[in-house]
Amino acid sequence: MKAFLTAMMTMCVVPAFAQEATAVFGPDDPKQLMTIRSTTDIAVFGPVVDAFLETQTDIGILYEQWGSNDLFALSKADCAAGRASADMLISSGVHQMVQLVNDACAQAHRSDATAGVRDELIWRDELWGVTREPAVMVYNRDLVPYDEVPQSRFDLLDLLRPDQSRYAGRVATYDIEASGLGFLFAFIDSQEATTFGGLLESLGRTHAIATCCSAEIIDGVANGQYLVAYNVLGSYALARAEKDTRIGVIAPNDYTLVLSRAVMIPRGAENAGLATAFLDFLLSDTGRAQLREALLIVPIDGEEGELEAGQASGGVVRPITLAPGLLVALDRQKRESFIRRWRETFPSNAQ
Amino acid sequence: MRSAPHEKVSLSLTARVALAVTGVLLIGGVFVSLAAFAYGRQAAREAYDRLLIGAANDIAASITVRDGQAVVDLPRSAFQLLALAPDDRIIYRVVGPAGQTLTGYETAPLPKESMGKDQSFFDADFGGEPARYATVIRRFAERSFSGNVHVIVGHTTLARRDLALDLTRNALFVLSITGAVIAVLAVLAVRSALRPLDNIGEVLGRRDPYDLTPIEMTVPREAAVMMSSLNGFMARLDRQVSSMRNLIGDTAHQLRTPVAAIRAQADLAAEEQDETRRQKIVERIHRRSVGLGRLLDQMLSRALVIHRSDTVRREVIDLRDIAVEVLEDSDHDVLSVGDDVRLDLPEDPVLVMGDALSLTEASKNLLNNAMRHGKKPITVGVSVQAGQARLSVTDAGQGPPAEILSRAGERFARSAASKSESAGLGLAIAYSVARAHDGQMLMEPQPSGGFVAAIILPATEV
Repeated sequence: MKAFLTAMMTMCVVPAFAQEATAVFGPDDPKQLMTIRSTTDIAVFGPVVDAFLETQTDIGILYEQWGSNDLFALSKADCAAGRASADMLISSGVHQMVQLVNDACAQAHRSDATAGVRDELIWRDELWGVTREPAVMVYNRDLVPYDEVPQSRFDLLDLLRPDQSRYAGRVATYDIEASGLGFLFAFIDSQEATTFGGLLESLGRTHAIATCCSAEIIDGVANGQYLVAYNVLGSYALARAEKDTRIGVIAPNDYTLVLSRAVMIPRGAENAGLATAFLDFLLSDTGRAQLREALLIVPIDGEEGELEAGQASGGVVRPITLAPGLLVALDRQKRESFIRRWRETFPSNAQ
Repeated sequence: MRSAPHEKVSLSLTARVALAVTGVLLIGGVFVSLAAFAYGRQAAREAYDRLLIGAANDIAASITVRDGQAVVDLPRSAFQLLALAPDDRIIYRVVGPAGQTLTGYETAPLPKESMGKDQSFFDADFGGEPARYATVIRRFAERSFSGNVHVIVGHTTLARRDLALDLTRNALFVLSITGAVIAVLAVLAVRSALRPLDNIGEVLGRRDPYDLTPIEMTVPREAAVMMSSLNGFMARLDRQVSSMRNLIGDTAHQLRTPVAAIRAQADLAAEEQDETRRQKIVERIHRRSVGLGRLLDQMLSRALVIHRSDTVRREVIDLRDIAVEVLEDSDHDVLSVGDDVRLDLPEDPVLVMGDALSLTEASKNLLNNAMRHGKKPITVGVSVQAGQARLSVTDAGQGPPAEILSRAGERFARSAASKSESAGLGLAIAYSVARAHDGQMLMEPQPSGGFVAAIILPATEV
């Protein structure tokens, strides 16, 4: 049933950039070996790859797991050099992917499957959003009383308002310099709503923690180091919540950002045919079912799902549109001034 | 009536109009298509150029000076503007006074010549695709920072091409519909325009072959020209046919009596035994034959005159020439009386529009009548008075009997025939000629004695 899987959790040394882990899927001696570089954990995405390989013969997939900033830097360098060292890129740093497409680093693909993609999740037939992962708030069920569970950003602001709030110093969020995704969420927050200014001020005043990586943040919430974590990627949070009853997950009901991991096929990819086949698979019903299984597609919008009360309804779901508007997030000066502003809020985290 | 070999059929009018309309539509279509494409490209270029300028202005407006540095707070609105060309890749660059890139793509091309204009456009390449760029200059003059900051915004041209094609397609769609409507209208118009021709043909086809009366039907003005020519032609035909018929009738009628008389004389001569009396009869036969000959001459000349009056082109002639010619001809006549005929001509030409031969013939008849029946001296005169030119023959006699005068205008005078003489017939010719020339005959006694016979015609100014 399960395809042959070898995980080589090895650290290869690549000048300047380094992947976090690699795995090879498929038969021992495949006729074709396709390289996928992705920011998604091998453990999460592996079953989806296996399901795809079941529909193919003699195909192998080399899956490299990368951090989004490193992946972007490597791909940009590849593109500038006019080569493609991977056949497919999958990244949660969708603004970086938009930039790569904008810099003519991608190739186009049209099929029945891509024709069904919603407008905001496709750009130029070169970039596609394949997952649906809300940015959520995570809280500790044991330590946060039921009536204090924040349903929205306003609730979070209210919790932080009192002078002697017990939430002071126990709210965590991504360090936007360390995490590309954290930066993206914070940046879009700053563009989406005026609450962001107040939120940033409150977080700064109460000495909230900005730290790296979903796993650490969720761990911190589970063991009670943090009471609430803001803007955590829903897929990871829900995966942990399945196993750990201490963790509660809330989609803010003022608005919920929804991230679609973006897929692109680099220009000049060696196995572009295979890459398009995999893309079509990810967009197919089977592929979507697998992604749902992996919690990479989280049902929102009143669908039956794991998100609790305070669920976003209808109009407050804000998908992050794959469009050149995201280029603003990568503008050098814009980024510098945004990070400067962030630093002023979280001076304690300065290295 | 219609014999195929004589009908030369050229390209039908419908086909001609169809060809012309098709030609106009084709040539016009090609021109309009080119124009539509040029217009579409121009319109698309202008529309998206405005977009570029708008985005560049947005970015330029977001530049502030902080600590002696120009800082760009890239506005999302600029990108929302550019997103109106949804599938186009975007490139931007902000360049400081010293040429350093403040933010954006280092690879974005700079405008070739930095003209003084605050806004300019140029075409260049972006990642292997053609792209259009706009440059906006923001001028700073502050204590800590001064100089020009260039904002360059560009995008690829997919949306422009699509819009241009879309505009062209729409224009061509409208154009082809218009063309089809014009073609249909042209066919209808030609059919409606040609229907009177069919009607005329049908009326002519239904007509009795001997019916030469004018066709009376309502036709469009253009066809009326043809109708009036046709009617004129038929009227001429009618006159000729009826004068032919008259001539034949007259000839038969006029010849019957003298021929019968000659035959009776010849019978007498055959039975007459007495040589002297037979000689007398033969003389009578001879005299009669001469008279008959003259009668025939006159009838022929009348036929000629009547025929010519309809068919020969009128030209400007001098009545004095006619008078002289009549006199000269008379000199060779058997009945020439030489000095007894005088000419009375004015110094200046007397001009009329007419046919010289007919007029000469008519005048000759008048002179002959005067010489044969009138009293000498005879004067042939030409004069003009109040726009009326007049050629007259005057003699000193009483003129013809009232009976002849009263019937002089008729087709022919029977009395002439009865006397085997041709005074009546000559007069009838003169009348015909005068009428054919839009003139009239004057036959009246002179107050001073004598009788005048004159042809009066409208004089022509030279």
